Amino acid sequence: MLDTLKILYHQGKQFIPNVRTAQVPGIFRGRPLISLQTVDQAALTSLCPMRAITANPVAIDLGKCTFCGACAQQFPDKISFTTDYKIATNQRESLIITAGDDTPLQLNPQMIRPEIRSLFRSSLKLRQVSAGGDNSSEWELNAANNVQFDISRFGIEFVASPRHADGIVITGPITNNMAEALQICYDAVPHPKIIVLVGTDAISGGLFADSPAVNRSFLQNNTVDLYIPGNPAHPLTFINGLLNLIGA
Amino acid sequence: MNYITLLNNQTIGIAAIPEIPYDTFFEINTGFITQHPERHCVNYFGYKIGDAIKLICCIADDDTHQIYVSACVVKRETPLLALTSKLLCFEKFEREIHENFGINFIHHPWLKPLRYAFNRFDTSQTIANYPFYSIKSEELHEVGVGPIHAGVIEPGHFRFICNGEQILHLEIQLGYQHRGIEQLFLDKKELLQRATLAENIAGDTVAGHATAFASLWESLCHFQPSRDLDFARTVAQELERIAIHTGDLSALCADIAYQLGASVFGRLRTPIVNFMQEWGGNRLSKGLIRAGHNPFPFTPALAARLLVVFDAFVADFDEMCKQMFKLPSASSRFERTGVVSHDDVLSINAVGMAARSSGLQRDIRLSHPYGLYPELNHEPVIKRHGDVYSRVQMRKEEIKQSIEYVRKLIASVPHPQPAPSPLQQPQTDAFTITLVEAWRGEICHCAITDAQGELLIYKIKDPSFHNWMALAMAVRNNEISDFPVSNKSFNLSYAGHDL
Ligand code: SF4
Repeated sequence: MLDTLKILYHQGKQFIPNVRTAQVPGIFRGRPLISLQTVDQAALTSLCPMRAITANPVAIDLGKCTFCGACAQQFPDKISFTTDYKIATNQRESLIITAGDDTPLQLNPQMIRPEIRSLFRSSLKLRQVSAGGDNSSEWELNAANNVQFDISRFGIEFVASPRHADGIVITGPITNNMAEALQICYDAVPHPKIIVLVGTDAISGGLFADSPAVNRSFLQNNTVDLYIPGNPAHPLTFINGLLNLIGA
Repeated sequence: MNYITLLNNQTIGIAAIPEIPYDTFFEINTGFITQHPERHCVNYFGYKIGDAIKLICCIADDDTHQIYVSACVVKRETPLLALTSKLLCFEKFEREIHENFGINFIHHPWLKPLRYAFNRFDTSQTIANYPFYSIKSEELHEVGVGPIHAGVIEPGHFRFICNGEQILHLEIQLGYQHRGIEQLFLDKKELLQRATLAENIAGDTVAGHATAFASLWESLCHFQPSRDLDFARTVAQELERIAIHTGDLSALCADIAYQLGASVFGRLRTPIVNFMQEWGGNRLSKGLIRAGHNPFPFTPALAARLLVVFDAFVADFDEMCKQMFKLPSASSRFERTGVVSHDDVLSINAVGMAARSSGLQRDIRLSHPYGLYPELNHEPVIKRHGDVYSRVQMRKEEIKQSIEYVRKLIASVPHPQPAPSPLQQPQTDAFTITLVEAWRGEICHCAITDAQGELLIYKIKDPSFHNWMALAMAVRNNEISDFPVSNKSFNLSYAGHDL
């Protein structure tokens, strides 16, 4: 007993007091800044392994980007990454950051269904479905519930049964072999329900988008309520995105 | 000669691998392993050449540090005597070859589909009608779990046959995560795309798979990595081992409802992954390891920072371990749970941490060293009981060992070399094999190029390919309620298996 208390004492306070203002350490690559400098756009767009960069004007699609940093290393005056991790949004087009754009990403309030805020503001239960996810975003979703990020303090929790859930959180590009299980799981969630996509692979399919082993028809047939970019998504990106969605 | 002898990361002309008749191929490859626990099959795969299929088998020898590679060209229609008829360790490899090409292996116990690859030979087989083993009995019942599990983890289906609460048999059906990644290695032609793919094979083993790809590619392009490259990769792999083992200790505590351990180990993963972010900008090391250059050189300032991280980590880690290991309620759940015997891990070709926990010394860092491992004089941690407790101890001791290795390495940080000229084109008509000891165990990547130097085949083998069977063996005769803790003690990869 005494030893246990000693451990508790030594651990001190671990939780991040304010998940909205916490700073991430080091050279985290969050929201990119694209300067107005003139560069060889063909060279820039073709270096990106994900084809996330488009030209005229230069823009980066955070739904395709893996935040590998190669563009910023080769064109340091054109592209830099800020440590702004609040890059989740509910509008797919908002994930495209254009040259000269330095406004934080936001959710489009018009697109948030009223029942999301009235019902889920203080309690949101989620069923996670990994559908070809590589287990990196899954690790980070688990981390979101550790004693530091502690997402459950906001009433947000992962649950075992879709019947107990208010929505699903999808990771991975959605493989053929998981398409049916995903659909069954989604159907088992009672209405009203939300769909959240976490990570590059889920949002755009990433490098797997045109793989014949992948089947993204689920996303054509259903409306996505929140896009959480990253490879993997940072726990703070996930937490802030959800809090902004439910209006907590 | 019936085979060619290679070293880890060696490239040779594909024509240098002797093509031998199947009966010779059968004899030498089973002969290598029979009565030789120091040898095992690290890769065995096929690829199409016109109408025929070329089989390539790679047997690693831990004592001589060599890899024996042989080849055989066969016709799809001609049934072959299964290597599995003699040695169980070929069971999965032959299922994969059967699934992909339709070759029938005689006296194979059951040529079940492996992962329902999109380009499988028989597309009438679908994941929804997998042929499970079943026993007709009034007393027994079946429990099906998955593909979606209770927690935030990857999908796979577990089918238990139980006698009351006791597990008689577990069958693990995978394939749900299949993304066609080996084909994408051929289709995506840019180096950065392939490096990104390698990081996505198993996103919990980024340093392991990215190192395997980078090393293989550099060998194929005749590029000798400078010391700072090897240094960064070695450090990254050991940090990955520390981070995952720590996270897994947390998950193990959670599975036995030991909240203090779950919380403390869970939060102790954070300083390590945050350090990865300080170093390379990503908590899971994505973007860090690239063939031919080092995008994020390790600096003396990072070394100083890491020492501070370690000091704080070790104090808390030791205190928590001491408490957990003396807790009877923890030991009673870990001890004698999920036992895999030495004979079993040997016969099923288990690798890495799972093999070492059952007394089988298999560790590429020692047997086929690469990077800076030769200087570390690595001595693998070995446990003998093969139970969950052994694997928990394994995690703890490997964490401590990795910290010591990294401390030793960062005592002298090599100067970053000036960016070398771009990599040459890959050697044409070549074969390369790379082995890496990631936190789960041995990763093997093989590549074959064509006459233009384009990739003809990229073959990936994650340690989980072998070790899922170890889990199935481990839970036999256990209470079904002990399954989660056994499962976590291995923490195998679905994505790495399904590819
Ligand atoms: S950071 Fe994103 S945009 Fe830049 S090269 Fe990498 S994937 Fe492309």
